[in-house]
Amino acid sequence: MGNFGACRDVSILSVAPCGPEGAAHGCYLLELENPGLGPAAAGQFVMVRPERFGQNPIWPRPFSICRLTTRTLTLFVQACGRGTDILCGLAAGDKAALWGPLGQGFALEPEIPTVMLAGGVGIAPFVEYAATHPAPSNLSLVFGHRQPLSCYPFAAMAELVGRAEAFCEKTPDDLPVFIERLDAVVAGAASGLILACGPRPFLLTVARLARKYSARAQVSLENRMACGVGGCLGCVEKNALGAYVQTCTEGPVFWVEELALAEDA
Amino acid sequence: MSADVSVRLAGLALKNPVMTASGTFGYGLEFAPYGDLRSLGGIVVKGLSLKPRLGNPMPRIAETPCGMLNAIGLQNCGVEKFLRDKLPLLPHSETPIVANLYACDADEFAELAGVLSGAAGVAALEVNISCPNVKAGGIAFGQDPAMAGRLAEAVKKRAGSKPVWVKLSPNVTDIVEIARAAVLGGADALTCINTLTGMAVDIRSRKPRLANVIGGLSGPAIKPVALRCVWQVCRAVSAPVIAVGGISSAEDVLEFILVGAHAVQIGTANFMRPDMAFRIAERLPGLMEELGIESLDSYRGSLSS
Ligand SMILES: Cc1cc2nc3c(=O)[nH]c(=O)nc-3n(C[C@H](O)[C@H](O)[C@H](O)COP(=O)(O)OP(=O)(O)OC[C@H]3O[C@@H](n4cnc5c(N)ncnc54)[C@H](O)[C@@H]3O)c2cc1C
Ligand SMILES: Cc1cc2nc3c(=O)[nH]c(=O)nc-3n(C[C@H](O)[C@H](O)[C@H](O)COP(=O)(O)O)c2cc1C
Ligand code: FES
Repeated sequence: MGNFGACRDVSILSVAPCGPEGAAHGCYLLELENPGLGPAAAGQFVMVRPERFGQNPIWPRPFSICRLTTRTLTLFVQACGRGTDILCGLAAGDKAALWGPLGQGFALEPEIPTVMLAGGVGIAPFVEYAATHPAPSNLSLVFGHRQPLSCYPFAAMAELVGRAEAFCEKTPDDLPVFIERLDAVVAGAASGLILACGPRPFLLTVARLARKYSARAQVSLENRMACGVGGCLGCVEKNALGAYVQTCTEGPVFWVEELALAEDA
Repeated sequence: MSADVSVRLAGLALKNPVMTASGTFGYGLEFAPYGDLRSLGGIVVKGLSLKPRLGNPMPRIAETPCGMLNAIGLQNCGVEKFLRDKLPLLPHSETPIVANLYACDADEFAELAGVLSGAAGVAALEVNISCPNVKAGGIAFGQDPAMAGRLAEAVKKRAGSKPVWVKLSPNVTDIVEIARAAVLGGADALTCINTLTGMAVDIRSRKPRLANVIGGLSGPAIKPVALRCVWQVCRAVSAPVIAVGGISSAEDVLEFILVGAHAVQIGTANFMRPDMAFRIAERLPGLMEELGIESLDSYRGSLSS
């Protein structure tokens, strides 16, 4: 059957562990055929549903565009459940339905010093951000991670941007130290642009610090999604006005002040 | 000769029996990039209420084996905004656009029907008497035959020339009793089925997976339940039945036609891929030819015992 529109059946080109220890820590780079996705802004995402899902799991999975070229789309995927386990176990030639680019990407202000705050797989959209930024020397990256650094696409990015630092969280005791570091980074970047992607607690911390220092900051949410296209109302987040907005169409990237960002929202 | 997939359904002429189910296809426009909306048999939009509704807190959705739970809580933009901002953009002259109604009492349902009866682009009214998500109202109508009948009557009175479909809940002891009551009350067609109430929990956090605790189960997991309900209702009433519940292929569509359905709606399967309904509509005639089925009318209800 043919393709109808913006949803395409594509081939997996390769699935490879990221770095020598990637397989042991479930970190993979998935390369898919680019079926002619429209121009994408870093921070936008795609929905992927491998044929292998059958009827279970039922939903496709959302992933940030980690790298997009005219021929290939690369995703950085951490195996952490049924869907990602299947994805990371795919082989070249396997098929998947793919649609995107979806949602709103990060703000791009080439002349403004921009700090990228990434936690874990939250580094994915920043790979594309740095690769497509007209003045990458204006970028700096602060990366918090739990798996070995080589399991993330960090090294190549570090070469590209003005400044890059990584912070390994080995034990829970390391967390307050990392938060202290984030506090200093946000304080120092208050006149620039701050972009953050990572687990929700990390984003809540960034949002709190951005408010504290009146910094301009965007966060990329990873709310659970069923459709990714605005059809189900399952992915919503409470905004500053108390209404629920769809993170798949109006996000996943939001300015901090647009959202309520409470623990229970 | 290609197979005849057209359907006459309570005063409406459908190109094919493949419609989309309320709440799973947004207001229709969200899916326009993935296929030609005009190629669908019909589009049922997200449940509408008189006033906009906020909906339930997060998380609202949870994945379950071959299906999902939802407790969206009928978040919607309200009927006025729908008529003003969404409906004009839909291809209503080429594909029936069906409004799905949600309200908390019979008067509100009737008022909503009154507002929609005047909207030229709305082809039919589907009354959700079965949504299990909202604590006040909803569920009670769907579980009590007398109330279901009165509600159908109240909506029909205010619906003008629009056909009224009553959407039934499977969360009842005897769906046939409710179906009969709705038809007696004036329903022109019945939609079977809404979601089954369900629940999922996380053994580690010891929390429910939905903030609302209870939600509605949908997807391929519920298809056998839907098939049973449609079969029972088709045998009991003469009004046409629109089948919904777990349909994710053209084969599934024929299963429901075989037990007596006039048309079908694709729900959760739209999430599997956004072109799902378009693909099913395109595939159906070919499948019918392969099986030697000339028309849906000839195949409908031909299940042998
Ligand atoms: C816009 C967006 C971009 C994303 N980009 C990436 C990316 O680049 N790389 C990457 O590895 N992951 C990314 N994710 C997260 C990824 O989609 C989830 O890890 C994946 O859906 C989990 O599927 P699973 O079947 O493996 O896990 P499941 O078996 O579904 O769940 C495993 C555990 O994760 C929880 N969970 C599932 N989905 C989510 C979610 N979306 N947010 C929080 N918890 C969840 C479940 O409750 C469960 O505890 C992104 C998510 C979004 C919304
Ligand atoms: C996310 C979601 C939202 C829904 N919203 C509505 C709604 O607003 N009104 C309604 O009558 N049914 C609603 N339904 C029920 C579906 O229309 C359908 O009856 C049900 O999901 C069973 O079909 P399926 O298994 O194909 O999804 C919703 C279902 C889902 C999954
Ligand atoms: S994921 Fe369905 S509306 Fe956002």
